[in-house]
Amino acid sequence: MLMSIKVRYFASLKESVGRSEDNLVFTGLSTVIDVWNRANPGRSLPANILAAVNMNYVELDNKVDDGDEVAFFPPVTGG
Amino acid sequence: MAIKICADVFDPYVEIQDYQNENPGNSGAVGASSIFIGTMRDFNEGDAVKGMTLEYYPGMTEKQLAKIIAEAQQQWPVIDTLVVHRVGDILPGHAIVLVAVWTSHRGDAFDACRFIIDALKSKAPFWKKELLTSEDERWVVANTDGYNRG
Repeated sequence: MLMSIKVRYFASLKESVGRSEDNLVFTGLSTVIDVWNRANPGRSLPANILAAVNMNYVELDNKVDDGDEVAFFPPVTGG
Repeated sequence: MAIKICADVFDPYVEIQDYQNENPGNSGAVGASSIFIGTMRDFNEGDAVKGMTLEYYPGMTEKQLAKIIAEAQQQWPVIDTLVVHRVGDILPGHAIVLVAVWTSHRGDAFDACRFIIDALKSKAPFWKKELLTSEDERWVVANTDGYNRG
């Protein structure tokens, strides 16, 4: 099934990947880590990076659905 | 309950006063107000810092803050909560965050306020980038446990 996924990057990760978002339209995307690998071929996900789907924290094996927004970012440092 | 993300300088004391004036119905039941204000230091990890930029994830930040406040409301009998957080360019001395919790008794106010600021520090998607006086820039990698262990 053709899926459309918006991918977002923040903070130091945004700088290291060199962009703030991707719009992926692909088949065969099933989990969060699949989304990373498709959007960043040849670049493994740094160890400490957190992930969210539709603005909720998730594990990397979390399923994704058509229309989801998937975000990757480093540990948070607010407050 | 209110959550505010401010792109400009805010005065936490004015925010508290305004919020209390806008919510006069709370005043009879409230016996305790616990306030945490975080301000920007001019030093970090042994270096002089002259500015900071705070990035956030619009939408997710508010969603996570609302979730944190809901968790506090489940654990303590909280009457009202106000959370204000700065984003954008910040200078030393400026307020970064305000957490205000109103309850009937002080223990609940202290505990809920601490829970909210500690959860915000570990779960709310904000990121700080420091500008040092040496003109170097660096991302803050992790929040500390909140004590001066120096």
